[in-house]
Amino acid sequence: MGSRYELNKNLAQMLKGGVIMDVTTPEQAKIAEAAGACAVMALERIPADIRAAGGVSRMSDPKMIRGIQEAVSIPVMAKCRIGHFAEAQILQAIEIDYIDESEVLSPADDKYHIDKTKFDVPFVCGAKDLGEALRRINEGASMIRTKGEPGTGDVVQAVRHMRMMQAEIRRLQSMAEDELFDAAKELRVPYDLVQFVHDNGKLPVVNFAAGGVATPADAALMMQLGAEGVFVGSGIFKSGDPAKRAAAIVKAVTNYQDAKMLAELSTDLGEAMVGINEQEISLLMAERGK
Amino acid sequence: MRIGILALQGAFAEHRMILEKLGAESFEIRQKRDLEQPMDGLIIPGGESTVMGKLLKELDCYDEVRSRIENGLPVFGTCAGLILLAKEAEGGKVQLGTMDIAARRNAYGRQLGSFAVTAEMKGVGEVPMVFIRAPYITAVSGTTEVLAEVEGKIVAAREGNQLVTAFHPELTADTRVHDYFLHMIAEAKA
Repeated sequence: MGSRYELNKNLAQMLKGGVIMDVTTPEQAKIAEAAGACAVMALERIPADIRAAGGVSRMSDPKMIRGIQEAVSIPVMAKCRIGHFAEAQILQAIEIDYIDESEVLSPADDKYHIDKTKFDVPFVCGAKDLGEALRRINEGASMIRTKGEPGTGDVVQAVRHMRMMQAEIRRLQSMAEDELFDAAKELRVPYDLVQFVHDNGKLPVVNFAAGGVATPADAALMMQLGAEGVFVGSGIFKSGDPAKRAAAIVKAVTNYQDAKMLAELSTDLGEAMVGINEQEISLLMAERGK
Repeated sequence: MRIGILALQGAFAEHRMILEKLGAESFEIRQKRDLEQPMDGLIIPGGESTVMGKLLKELDCYDEVRSRIENGLPVFGTCAGLILLAKEAEGGKVQLGTMDIAARRNAYGRQLGSFAVTAEMKGVGEVPMVFIRAPYITAVSGTTEVLAEVEGKIVAAREGNQLVTAFHPELTADTRVHDYFLHMIAEAKA
């Protein structure tokens, strides 16, 4: 991991305080950009539809991704399956700005994630807890996000993951130096990563919230819990007025501590996505890839 | 010395950390009422210029920020900040448009085109320069002075109270470019 990795971490730093939106067409990408998205995630179907359709879900058609790259001037991300390094190679070949090695798609490998150090393009990966986050970073991820249950409109899991991560970070911070060796073993990650968290009280890369964010209040909640920015998937284009809701979520992320402004932003947004509770779903995507 | 940092989106925290190292006080500007505080200088950070431009207007900060810069408030724009200040913005929209430069957005292409070099900046010396999906300046006019070039492209410039870099000094451990800006503020106050 040399300077390319640093540059890739740097791009994530530029995305901070912003909202990354799932889009399936160039038209949606333009709506997202106009609403203030700091990047878009190009995918064939948004998670709610992937969930409804069932079956194996794969990387999107490069033609569709290229169409979105041409439609907007902000960074474009795309998803590949966990462990599917050939899909990642294809995404790199079309000069994607960020690859999401994502549990939303069907995993291609049930044991190994992609060796992301072999790539020049940056990767973002999901994590439910600190160990998962640090393992992905050790494999070369330059950005982390929570693994909240995609396509549900239910924020409970993203909250659980973010709280878990922050609690574990605090725990490492409070440890004596000689306890860190055992912590590294427990988390199954190299000592230097554990030491970084101990010394700095945060991950060595940017950490976003993802999964189930559907309202400005959800976004503000995640930011107050320590997220540095927010991914919104189905929440926008499954709602009644996508452009308005998208713009409101963008502003909620900037002013996440101002309840008065949040009240205004939450007003008259039209219908939110319907949503499914955690208990009502049979497939927990967060359990894919640990 | 108190410096406001536009914190609508992007890498504003990194600027705060550098200012802290230099012993300068800073605060975040997220909405109009934040502009009521005393402010000796303004930093517009890296991030997405489309997002910041839009939020400047929608959060009702645009007129106030623009008129303060026009009235001489020292301002330092990095990357997206450079685009926001440019009077011409190729591949983007003119936002504040207070500085006599023409900027080309995403001039080096997508993330695979991002790079880091060390090069000379006038008045500062050799500095590490990190370019992330960066713009460059295609032309300067009026009294604008070119401060740095990399491979024949203008990557830093100053016009009176306005300083811009296409690169990100806030992403390196080197504090000299920020120190240069602090001197600009001191000069303006004197």
